[in-house]
Amino acid sequence: MALTLDDVRRVAQLARLRQNDAQAQAMLEELNRIFALIGEMQAVDTSAVAAMSHPRDVAQRLRPDRVTETDRRDALLALAPLSEAGLYLVPKVIE
Amino acid sequence: MFQLTIAELSQRLASRQCSSVELARHFLERIARFNAGLNAVITLDAQRTLAAAAAADARIAAGKAVTLTGIPVLHKDIFCARGWRTTCGSRMLENFVAPYDAHVVARLDAAGAVNLGKTNMDEFAMGSSNESSYFGPVRNPWRASLVPGGSSGGSAASIAARLAPAATGTDTGGSIRQPAALCGVCGLKPTYGIASRYGMIAFASSLDQAGPIAKSAHDLALLLNAMVGFDARDSTSLEREPEDYTRALGQPLQGLRIGLPKEFFSAGVQPDVARAIEAAIAEYRRLGANTVEVSLPNMGLSIPVYYVLAPAEASSNLARYDGVRYGHRAAEFGDLTDMYERTRAEGFGAEVRRRIMIGTYVLSHGYYDAYYIKAQKIRRLIAADFAAAFRRCDVIMGPTSPTTAFELGSRTSDPVQMYLSDIYTIAVNLAGLPGLSIPAGFDAAGLPVGLQLIGDYFSEARLLNYAHRFQGATDWHGRMPQAFVE
Amino acid sequence: MTWETVIGLEVHVQLSTRSKIFSGAATAFGAEPNTQACEVDVALPGVLPVLNAAVVEKAVRFGLAVGSTINRRSIFARKNYFYPDLPKGYQISQYEIPVVQHGSIDIVLGDVTKTVRLTRAHLEEDAGKSLHEDFHGMSGIDLNRAGTPLLEIVSEPDMRSAAEAVAYAKALHALVRWLDICDGNMQEGSFRMDANVSVRPAGASALGTRCEIKNLNSFRFLERAIDYEVKRQIDLIAAGGSVRQETRLYDPERDETRAMRSKEDAHDYRYFPDPDLLPLEISEAFLAELGASMPELPAQKRERFTTEYALSAYDANLLTASRELADYFERAAAGLTGQGPKLAANWINGALAAKLNEAAADIGASTITPRALRALIERIADGTVSSKIARDVFDAMWAGEGDADSIIERRGLRQISDGGALERLVEEVIAANGAQVADYRAGKAKAFNALVGQVMKASKGKANPQQVNDILRRKLT
Repeated sequence: MALTLDDVRRVAQLARLRQNDAQAQAMLEELNRIFALIGEMQAVDTSAVAAMSHPRDVAQRLRPDRVTETDRRDALLALAPLSEAGLYLVPKVIE
Repeated sequence: MFQLTIAELSQRLASRQCSSVELARHFLERIARFNAGLNAVITLDAQRTLAAAAAADARIAAGKAVTLTGIPVLHKDIFCARGWRTTCGSRMLENFVAPYDAHVVARLDAAGAVNLGKTNMDEFAMGSSNESSYFGPVRNPWRASLVPGGSSGGSAASIAARLAPAATGTDTGGSIRQPAALCGVCGLKPTYGIASRYGMIAFASSLDQAGPIAKSAHDLALLLNAMVGFDARDSTSLEREPEDYTRALGQPLQGLRIGLPKEFFSAGVQPDVARAIEAAIAEYRRLGANTVEVSLPNMGLSIPVYYVLAPAEASSNLARYDGVRYGHRAAEFGDLTDMYERTRAEGFGAEVRRRIMIGTYVLSHGYYDAYYIKAQKIRRLIAADFAAAFRRCDVIMGPTSPTTAFELGSRTSDPVQMYLSDIYTIAVNLAGLPGLSIPAGFDAAGLPVGLQLIGDYFSEARLLNYAHRFQGATDWHGRMPQAFVE
Repeated sequence: MTWETVIGLEVHVQLSTRSKIFSGAATAFGAEPNTQACEVDVALPGVLPVLNAAVVEKAVRFGLAVGSTINRRSIFARKNYFYPDLPKGYQISQYEIPVVQHGSIDIVLGDVTKTVRLTRAHLEEDAGKSLHEDFHGMSGIDLNRAGTPLLEIVSEPDMRSAAEAVAYAKALHALVRWLDICDGNMQEGSFRMDANVSVRPAGASALGTRCEIKNLNSFRFLERAIDYEVKRQIDLIAAGGSVRQETRLYDPERDETRAMRSKEDAHDYRYFPDPDLLPLEISEAFLAELGASMPELPAQKRERFTTEYALSAYDANLLTASRELADYFERAAAGLTGQGPKLAANWINGALAAKLNEAAADIGASTITPRALRALIERIADGTVSSKIARDVFDAMWAGEGDADSIIERRGLRQISDGGALERLVEEVIAANGAQVADYRAGKAKAFNALVGQVMKASKGKANPQQVNDILRRKLT
């Protein structure tokens, strides 16, 4: 099942990756080669197999409800491309 | 000095034949001299390194030295190290100075290691040739026109060129073992969950694992002792009693059952790679081991499975790079969506964008079951193949890579061809098993061949001994490229 | 045509923990922006989540309280979307297998009790906040709230009016506070409601297209938003249009709902199990331990109040609005017999509730202790004061003038039950009100009440009304 250019555009939008038409076309060709390889999976009957999310079958460990972190705002905000008044600044958010 | 093992260097430090500062200077000088031709190290901070070395000397003088006190270690630039630029090989993090230490880095620091610098890598660890780095490709010390393998190519090349006695790496689908093989050094990917992933920049969370790269199995064991251990901040970190990974070194191999999967020796292996591996197996027989043919019938599907699961996890793991809290932000943009799209298109290179696209697609509405769930089911089949094989053998052996190092640029235009480089390593990550690559000879062109040893869960100590015994009987691991001998 | 309204609610309950769901940062409300956002909360490269034990305990307690299935193994998933208040680019939530499934909550509307079924309750993390004041045309992001633990409680579409939705929301609000899993502070966003609203012709079985009204943080707004939305949808359909499935926001200023502009991407959230977290397993031992430590629940208490204290369902419902109130009642009613508990309920739901309401305070702020209220009720029961005078005593107690006995003594409010004194008072009133006496004797029953009133007035309210009645009736026949 080959992807279409529309698929590529839709996925690029979901992933927030800007691409021009030539890039989309090239991506389409690469992805279709890769998905031809991935398609080999479909030959295997997995109807009786459970999905495996993790290499080891262990349960989630729980953390005690304790405050362990102190305020490091200045150090963390210093990493930001743009900040002011203790806030990260982004283009206007519209709800 | 650059040819000495960690144990030998520790001995010299302890006996005051040299100081940690001298050791650090020695390797900094080698980096200054050789790195331009390799591009293996991308961040140095001599002041910090020498300060750490001086502190190590003080501890030695005070009689407070621990296992790795004063030993210089290069870190793959995927590990956050407080105060160090940590780029993950990406423009996205070109100027990111980590405000905290990865658990592995903190543990090595606590064991006395001196951070020598950060090594080049495929961008976000996505690659098998180190050509996807924003900071340019790393060159193979054995021949500059060749790739070192990837994604821990900078670390492997650094050890091959003896720019450091030890380096860290990470392995998601072969990223420690394959470059170790292509560079003729030793690299270990431990059982998933024994090394903490905290502070190790995520590529594919259920596959990523940190491990050491060094010149010998003994060195790997010493490094592993320091690197692994329970970490409460990583939910996938396993709570286990600490182990001494050197404890089995030297045990005889009499009666060792080596499983040889027929799928590892099929068509597609470069003939002289196959010959070197067969010679290495023969050496094991001389050491007392027996061989048995085993089968991993679903191994052929490990690449399709991997190229669904790893990109799926990556597409989500890399969503945090949005130009808001750190990292690259496009210089010009309109609205919020435009800022995101430009930032991410500029900040990520072609291979990373491609994998984000694959991952986003396989998780998107209508494709999840056909791709993601299907891949997870086959993942279970692959893990079950190993479990069945380990009922018949103690260790699985075969080539680490189907070929020796290839020409720079020779596979970049065909991602599928590149992905096939990891055919023998990926299944190990899918199952979460430990795997090791050690030098086992050379091909006709004089390029190193890697022998892969795969063990059952938590069998690192035994695996290291199998490698150690081999290294006691051969000297492949002692060979280094002539250009870097002074 | 008559229409039927169908409503389901999704309520985000902020679990009252000290630290966040996946990090050790504090959850305290009102801190300076980004001072409670640690490296995990801002999603630095390489950080990882670890689940807070307290959120699991609180979720399970909720499940046990509403008769849910507690899934012994539940999964955390990633809900992927880009938004500046979502640092990782995904929200960790539970999707296919939540920790709590099914269960129900009873709501009482007047004399009718109705059961609202729950679909599920799942754990998730809250997002940060976008501040919309202008920073040179940009928005500011505060991530203090990012990673705050939420229990999202989803009901079936079982409600048929805004009133039912409000009753359900209030019952849920009371329950989560009762269980001590949420502080219930709606101004601070600890209890936020989304309403799924649709309409259909009465009698139809298929559901109409629904709209989701997001982020309602008061019961009043919930009611108004639903009322507006129902009318909007009916008008739309009546005019030949059709409802579009969408997310809407309620604007309290204009009292209307409007479609949200963001949240595009056709909701392709690409859920998948979070590989950084392992399956959450709940052991039988843990369940048994929590089960044993569960408090008596509102419904159980309501039932007990009606049997043990002979209260009406109405009174019992009011008194179980919160655990503190129910406890207050039980302490006030302790040792009272006969009509005593009923009197205690009346005083608490009447006079005391009015005072608290006036002061905009809850029962914890009452200046009258349950014991002091009980002492007053005992004085009514033993005839020391009439109910009417007791009201004055109550006001004085509220004002801090002391206990009931000392106020009664100090102000001389003891009821006159002395037969001789009352006879004299009655005789004086008969003598002074010849016209009304004549009216009564002429058959005007109302005149009798007027005469009783005169006697009470002459006694400054202290005469025992029953005795006055008896004496007056005797004297006039």
